[in-house]
Amino acid sequence: MRTIEIVEPGPAALVEDLGRPGHAHLGVPPSGALDVPALRLANRLVGNDEGCAGIESLLGGLVVRAGSSCTVAVTGPPVRVAVDGREVGSHTPVHLTAGQRLEVSPLSAGLRCYLAVSGGIAVEPELGSRSRDVLSGIGPEPLKAGDVLPLGEARGIPTGEDELAALRPPEELVVPVHLGPRDDWFPEPAAQLAVPWTVTPESNRVGLRLDGAPLRRAREGELPSEGLITGAIQVPPSGLPVVFLADHPTTGGYPVIGVVAPGALPALAQARPGTTVRFRAQA
Amino acid sequence: MRWLPYGPHAALVECGSLSEMSAVRATVAAARLPDVVEIVPGARSVLVVARPGTGALQEARQAVEAADLAHPPSADPREVELVVHYEGEDLPLVAETAGISVEEVVRLHTSAEYTVAFTGFAPGFAYLTGLPEPLRQSRLDTPRTKVPAGSVGLAGEFTGVYPRSSPGGWRLLGHTETVLFDPRAERPALLAPGDRVRFRSAS
Repeated sequence: MRTIEIVEPGPAALVEDLGRPGHAHLGVPPSGALDVPALRLANRLVGNDEGCAGIESLLGGLVVRAGSSCTVAVTGPPVRVAVDGREVGSHTPVHLTAGQRLEVSPLSAGLRCYLAVSGGIAVEPELGSRSRDVLSGIGPEPLKAGDVLPLGEARGIPTGEDELAALRPPEELVVPVHLGPRDDWFPEPAAQLAVPWTVTPESNRVGLRLDGAPLRRAREGELPSEGLITGAIQVPPSGLPVVFLADHPTTGGYPVIGVVAPGALPALAQARPGTTVRFRAQA
Repeated sequence: MRWLPYGPHAALVECGSLSEMSAVRATVAAARLPDVVEIVPGARSVLVVARPGTGALQEARQAVEAADLAHPPSADPREVELVVHYEGEDLPLVAETAGISVEEVVRLHTSAEYTVAFTGFAPGFAYLTGLPEPLRQSRLDTPRTKVPAGSVGLAGEFTGVYPRSSPGGWRLLGHTETVLFDPRAERPALLAPGDRVRFRSAS
């Protein structure tokens, strides 16, 4: 069996694919890679289907050893990648022979990088996905040193001469938002959202927690529990919003003032604590 | 009923009652629209999520507007019986609040037929409606930091079973040994919206 071994997981290394949408009515979050384009790109670079499972590394510092020859690629923010001490670069396919060590340096910008391996990480799926869901505890446990992960059969051909410039995550984000469904619970919702918000360290795969001027409400109370989606900006009684990410609860009783435009979610997944976020309401 | 926008690919159908919600959910589910990704019932709403770039939201709305919500489609609900050991910590409190005996609480809880209205809180956690009036009681003032898996409780108009150990504020009547959620099982969640549930006392 083809394998890859985790030598150092770094702060957190999770198996993620494109998640398990379609189970929210059973209370199961969609989960999956937070920076979806980055995982898709890493998979394409190594010749995989875009939906293969890879490793989502929080802050880098991930070291793996190939148990068999394979092609790998690291994507996400710009980061140094080395094979047995020799720099090879990110955003490009790299060939490893059995026993070689791939080292991803700690990230100096952004939050999450992605490692794809030819054949994909082939742990047993749960509800149709290999993603680790940190809210529900579904999917493979967070990876630890010594874990040996099975790989699927490599089928595609790694891409060749892509020239890919990694984007350095900005320190300030302007995020388009669709108001609703509960914007009428807030006076001047667009203006209230437009002020600068700061990403807090309590943020995780469940949600991005923001600090700033608490949102004022036009009415008090809670809602009967209603469905939530990724990107929903929920406002708890503190008035400090939470942007739900892939491992969000499926229902909740606090009003959702707006929903982040789906195209802006990957940037939010890379927003470090301290990043300034402004929401711009779309017509 | 109101259709509220929920981002570019979803809508929240706000309903006037739990029964209207159930009818809307059943109607959208029965339409079997291939580009509807999620149908998430809530206590008074149904969230419909469509695949981007499709007309599925509009199709779902047309299906609901054309439907007779007084007679929603029935999808042959599953009937589930759960055997409960009625020895929960809050049984005396529930009896006292209702002004009846503990035996009467158990009799009431086991005599009703319940329906899974919606889920949430944790995978496999189903909010069951149909609770007899005397058992409709508020949550505990102080939630427990740990409620064991299989605990059977009630809160407000709902009763339910904790699929796994978690914090929780529901009043606990007892526990069941039935597994409510197993992500590796063919049918991971024992209870899905629309299913019918009865409780039976183990003793």
